[in-house]
Amino acid sequence: MSALLDVEGLSKRFRGLRAVSDVSFAVPQGSIVALIGPNGAGKTTTFNLIAGVFPPDGGRVHLDGKPITGMKPHQVCAAGIGRTFQIVKPFGELTVEENVIIGALARERAVEAARRIAREVLERLGLADQAYRPARSLTLPDRKRLEVARALATRPTLLLLDEVLAGLRPTEVDRMVEVLRGLNRAEGLTILMIEHVMRAVMALSDHVVVLDHGEKIAEGTPAAIAADPRVIESYLGAESL
Amino acid sequence: MTPRALVLGGLLLAVLLVVPLFADGYVLSVLTTVLWFAYVGQAWNVMMGFSGLLSLGHALYVGLGAYASAALFVHFGIGPLVGLFAGIALAVAAGAFIGFLGFRFGVRGVHFALLTIAFAEVARIGFDHIGWVGGSGGLFLPVGGSNPLNLRGSPTLFYYVILALVLLALVLAKRLLHSRLGYQWLAIREDAEAAEAVGIDLFRARIKAVVVSAALTALGGVFQAFYFNNLFPEQVFSMGRSIEIILPAIVGGVGTLFGPILGAFILTPLGEALTSAVGALGVDMPGMKQLFYGAALVLIIVFRPDGVWPWLARRLRLVRAPGEGGR
Repeated sequence: MSALLDVEGLSKRFRGLRAVSDVSFAVPQGSIVALIGPNGAGKTTTFNLIAGVFPPDGGRVHLDGKPITGMKPHQVCAAGIGRTFQIVKPFGELTVEENVIIGALARERAVEAARRIAREVLERLGLADQAYRPARSLTLPDRKRLEVARALATRPTLLLLDEVLAGLRPTEVDRMVEVLRGLNRAEGLTILMIEHVMRAVMALSDHVVVLDHGEKIAEGTPAAIAADPRVIESYLGAESL
Repeated sequence: MTPRALVLGGLLLAVLLVVPLFADGYVLSVLTTVLWFAYVGQAWNVMMGFSGLLSLGHALYVGLGAYASAALFVHFGIGPLVGLFAGIALAVAAGAFIGFLGFRFGVRGVHFALLTIAFAEVARIGFDHIGWVGGSGGLFLPVGGSNPLNLRGSPTLFYYVILALVLLALVLAKRLLHSRLGYQWLAIREDAEAAEAVGIDLFRARIKAVVVSAALTALGGVFQAFYFNNLFPEQVFSMGRSIEIILPAIVGGVGTLFGPILGAFILTPLGEALTSAVGALGVDMPGMKQLFYGAALVLIIVFRPDGVWPWLARRLRLVRAPGEGGR
């Protein structure tokens, strides 16, 4: 498997504080990779660097062999990366369907074609019956689903998910895990996810990257990571096993 | 929209079409003013209501459209049908420049609004010193004659022209709102960061909003120049005028298609009614009308903060609930 996303020596400082330093990892085509670590480890910063929210101070990002380092977020989206936000950002006054139509318009010129894509995506995410409600009226689990739906509608080759399972009840987590696994298996969608819900990380991911204090401290299969003493010490805690 | 809305809208349009057959000069002039504010309010709404860009300097675009077309007419006898292109070009250039400064350098929200005020003020003071267009002494269009193509004619002519412009702006705004660009604007209005993440080029989409709004507003300026036949920088570019332009949309409902129209139909007659009321009550002291006008505005904003139109549309069941139409 070749790497769809290749992150090399990525670094970012905020006012002297090293948020991310020299982080390298690869996301193979068709895989699900989880990015884990304690709060403040630099996971979301890493996401933002990949998605182009701000440029890195050092390092490179390649998508499918092409450099995307320093691109603007809309260019990164055009290059094929869809993302969700940890703190959900629905277009609140618009309907659920309109939110997803806007995502689909990233690759469609015609609104009607975008609407068809939006309907399919909403159906898949189980939001079809809420299509005409204003996005602000959704419950948190549904808003998280809407984040995923809107990102999916941009038809990405790589989906960045920032804690889409946090705050969900176990049954809702299972439902979302099923959806993500389905997308990965049926459509070969590659996923890079920041996640705290270890049960989901174990169930979903092929590969886990662990960050702490802005540095990569370990990576490997979920089973290997769960047994890694450094990871247990810094993040998982002995009792979680 | 419900069938009911179509019937009511059709009736209103029919009434507006036949009004000149019955109305006297005063009523016609009030309605012309109402429609003018409805038109420029709609144009302003493209920026604020659709794209979330607050402009408090829309008098700039009115003035540029007015002065460009009037100057060409006065100096070269070039009619407004040609002059409007000069006015629009000038306003589009000004809008694009303001947009470039604002969006390139990350001037957001109220600071962007300050930038729009600054440019309108620069124009107000600058035009005072441009002798070619009369400076502070004003620019006067030759009156008399009847040539509809040159906007020379009766008040009825102007009434129908502005009515046509209102309908044109309404249709255009509706089409824009349901276009790809319209959805991009709404997304930016709701959350710029999320909009960027779904592939929207914020800079380009915002510039387009300013340019469309400036162009439409400039057309309103052309109308104004030929309707009033005189232009003074102190009036045309004034801050007060910029505020007057945005009030109908705010009172009617920012971001709605019918809000600016309804708002203009509320505000202009309200002002006229207050003028005659303070006269009839014998309390016609300076500022008295403004006092009541301000109080009425406050009441409307307090009780209908989203504007009167969304509430009225629900009450009259002109829109389907929820999520279908209404915007």
